Amino acid sequence: MKEYITEISKYVIAGSMLLYTLCSFLCLTDKLEKKRILYIIQNLIMFGMQLLMFADLALVSQDLEYVFLYVFVQIFLLAASVMVPMIYEQVNRLLLNNMCMLLGIGLCVISRISFDRAVRQYIIALASLAVTLFIPWLLSKIRFLKKLTWLYGFGGIFLLAAVYILGEVTHGSKITFTLGEVTFQPSEFVKILFLFYLAGVLREKVTFLRVALTAVFAGIHVILLVVSKDLGSALIYFVAYVFVVFAATKNYLYLLMGAVGGSGAAWAAYLLFAHVRTRVLAWRDPWVYIDSKGYAITQSLFAIGSGSWFGMGLMKGNPSAIPYVEQDFIFSAVCEELGVIFGIGLILITLVCFLSMMKLALGIQDRFYQLIVYGIGIMYVFQIFLTIGGGIKLIPLTGVTLPFVSYGGSSVMATMIMFFLIQRIHMQATHFGLRQEGGREVAEKAEQGTNVGERGERKAAGTDDGKEGGTVSRTRKKNKS
Amino acid sequence: MTEKREEQSPEPGKKTRAERKKRCGRGNRREVFLTGGFFATLFLVMVGYLAYFTATREEEMINNSYNSRQEILLSRNFRGGIYDRNGETLAQTVVDEEQTEKRVYPYEELFSHIVGYSCRGRMGVEALANYYLIRTSTSLANKAANDIAGVKNPGDNVYTTLDVALQQVADSQLDIYRGAVVVTEVKTGKLLAMVSHPDFDPNKINEIWDSLIENENSSVLLNRAVQGLYPPGSTFKIVTALEYIKENPETYNDYSYQCSGSFQSGGNRIRCYHGTNHGRVDFVSSFAKSCNASFANIGMELDRERFGETLEKLLFDEPLPIMLPYAKSSISVTESDAEMMQTSIGQGKTQITPMHLNMITSAIANEGILMRPYVVDHVENDMGDLVKEFKPDAYGRLMSIEEAAVLKGLMTAVVEGGTAKSLSGRNYTAAGKTGSAEYNNVKGDSHAWFTGFAPADDPEICVTIIVEGAGSGGDYAVPIARRIFDTWFRDKE
Repeated sequence: MKEYITEISKYVIAGSMLLYTLCSFLCLTDKLEKKRILYIIQNLIMFGMQLLMFADLALVSQDLEYVFLYVFVQIFLLAASVMVPMIYEQVNRLLLNNMCMLLGIGLCVISRISFDRAVRQYIIALASLAVTLFIPWLLSKIRFLKKLTWLYGFGGIFLLAAVYILGEVTHGSKITFTLGEVTFQPSEFVKILFLFYLAGVLREKVTFLRVALTAVFAGIHVILLVVSKDLGSALIYFVAYVFVVFAATKNYLYLLMGAVGGSGAAWAAYLLFAHVRTRVLAWRDPWVYIDSKGYAITQSLFAIGSGSWFGMGLMKGNPSAIPYVEQDFIFSAVCEELGVIFGIGLILITLVCFLSMMKLALGIQDRFYQLIVYGIGIMYVFQIFLTIGGGIKLIPLTGVTLPFVSYGGSSVMATMIMFFLIQRIHMQATHFGLRQEGGREVAEKAEQGTNVGERGERKAAGTDDGKEGGTVSRTRKKNKS
Repeated sequence: MTEKREEQSPEPGKKTRAERKKRCGRGNRREVFLTGGFFATLFLVMVGYLAYFTATREEEMINNSYNSRQEILLSRNFRGGIYDRNGETLAQTVVDEEQTEKRVYPYEELFSHIVGYSCRGRMGVEALANYYLIRTSTSLANKAANDIAGVKNPGDNVYTTLDVALQQVADSQLDIYRGAVVVTEVKTGKLLAMVSHPDFDPNKINEIWDSLIENENSSVLLNRAVQGLYPPGSTFKIVTALEYIKENPETYNDYSYQCSGSFQSGGNRIRCYHGTNHGRVDFVSSFAKSCNASFANIGMELDRERFGETLEKLLFDEPLPIMLPYAKSSISVTESDAEMMQTSIGQGKTQITPMHLNMITSAIANEGILMRPYVVDHVENDMGDLVKEFKPDAYGRLMSIEEAAVLKGLMTAVVEGGTAKSLSGRNYTAAGKTGSAEYNNVKGDSHAWFTGFAPADDPEICVTIIVEGAGSGGDYAVPIARRIFDTWFRDKE
């Protein structure tokens, strides 16, 4: 019986992952009537998949622990995916569902590698949800968010500098602090401050002087990260900076300068730092250094290759053979036991998250909030590219986490804060007519409250088809006259 | 999807867009679209790369000895069996009542190198097909039953192209000599036999391991057929002749040379084997009688640059299209006349493996086309269902049809009236070339070579033999080839 369940569930899990991914893409389109059903299908798939995965874990390990963990994880997922939309009606269900899906997969796979860490991760996720749940409400009360630009900028630098001076050295990098029992990785949280800072400076006049000013601040952030040997974060900050400036200025020259400057900096880092050269060598020819610098990446490739399309089955592989598997190589562990098809589904789900952030950014007039949504999207998507691309040897390894899936409290909490910030902005946009949903113009009269763009400027974002677009432009004309 | 919408929206396109541009001077939709498209493309590349990796590298990943998952699979599955082309067992895992496993090789030393061993590392088919041997494709019902019974699942069985009868005759004929024999099927590239002496008993690999490792000089573990590098001696005249035909396609038959037992150029001298004086020879008889003086003379006429290209095409100094671990053949065509004379008769710095020579020979037999040699024919699960089948695959053309035909004619002459005359008068017509490769400057020490195929008009099998330090190819290698051909054609009747 056990053999039947574990063997068949492999294919069922891969199949439902693809179905879930398909639903996610469909949700990106603008057909509201069908969307409600899609969200429910997504939730059903998620809970069904959780049941199968934990059943596999419990059956193969013959360990009751997993049954308990299953129950607790389901309570969390229920709270996140069902309760949150009850509290905030306008919440973006697609982002919320994907967040739950990724957290659920992460908890399952981490528990298979280290049960204790899964429990820690669970507690952190629960605590993060409890805190971040208040973000939308809190932000609707706060009005001075846009006025703290310099606090964000200096605060971020202060925190990163503090880590550089006081942080603990782990694996050669200085990236964490310990307060009591809890270890923080401030660079995860400073990401948010950094984006607020950029959005604050670039929201109005984007003169060359302002861009130059942000360049100085961004440069300090990046250099602090580089000297702390947190290369992955340094790259993420840099790329996010270049793209945010690009979106704010609409000047392709900045994109070009970013690309050229980034390549130059990468080359300089290659020449200056031995640990950068090591990474590049291990990427170019890992099989030569299989015993030393290429060990991690070759073990990651073994895991993916051994898993193949449908995976070896939960508890039937050997993901622990990969160093730092829960943090840096969780994707390889997923591919090994759940299969590459599942892994591809996971990549596509994260892509949908990114695209829906971009879609939201398209419809926001308020440049401050738009740049925050846009910047979060870039940071999120680029971090995933770094960690998965590194694990499959498409690019050199940088050692960053896969948001929501990897083990790491700071990563989970910071990403969840980002997601709920986006939820807040989404709700605000929906509520005050910063954008329309499903062809229904939510608020014709957008007046009071948070910086709504001039009505005349409102665009037909999110409308279904030309017809509706036509309606909007007609409305616009009326407004003008 | 989103971009399309932008193009479609408000119909009278240009006007509205221009209008919009004017109104929303601050809008950055295009930039956001572009960003979305950029990262979406990046992610699709990533997915494509991952899928490509999975589709092409899976077997290699599992087979790598650094991959700990091999042990995991072996803890769940018994190692599958290895069989010859007629279903004879070459290796199997026997399990006693206490579930203790033992790998048994019923033919003992006979297949020591090609089937290999699977503990203390892996070798031969045991290494090559490890991926299949440690996996199971048995039915789900069987897996469930085995799980309940608490026994492992049977690994998949590997059926090779090897032939026990040919392997036996090759092994017994090579006798106590060191050396190697390779037999392949011309039209498919199937490896029918591969013998390397000295050999060992893989059943006792654990007991004899230390002595095998200690005694490095004996190089028992070396598979001489693919890893042994030897001077090709006169068998290399096939290559020299090919180059001469290429350079003189119309006139090669007009070639004539007066042999006086040696050839002299500059201060260098090439002597014929045992100083034999061949008298006046033409192109065919130079080859058939293996006249060194005449071939040194031919060698001096060759265009060295073009010769280099031909050698590259024949895979000298190049990777060979075979799955077994092999040594790369080496050769040097230089400015030095002395060396060129040596090279053109297969001496000097040239080194070749028996397998490589066999590949060149079988390409001649196969109208110039080399089939990739392979040894695993198909894989079945424990119930006899096909899991994977390997098909003959052409590597490419090494020479033109005409060139192959001319070489075949030369090699037939070797059997009809040349150094391999003892192969004539059988119920098949063979073609081939002998060689006596001197490996020691002190006279008399030479390896005996033969490489050839039969029947000459419609070749079936290709045989390459080296007998270390035995003497002349005609005396020591040709008789072995005869017994192998005899066995093949007797069994076929």
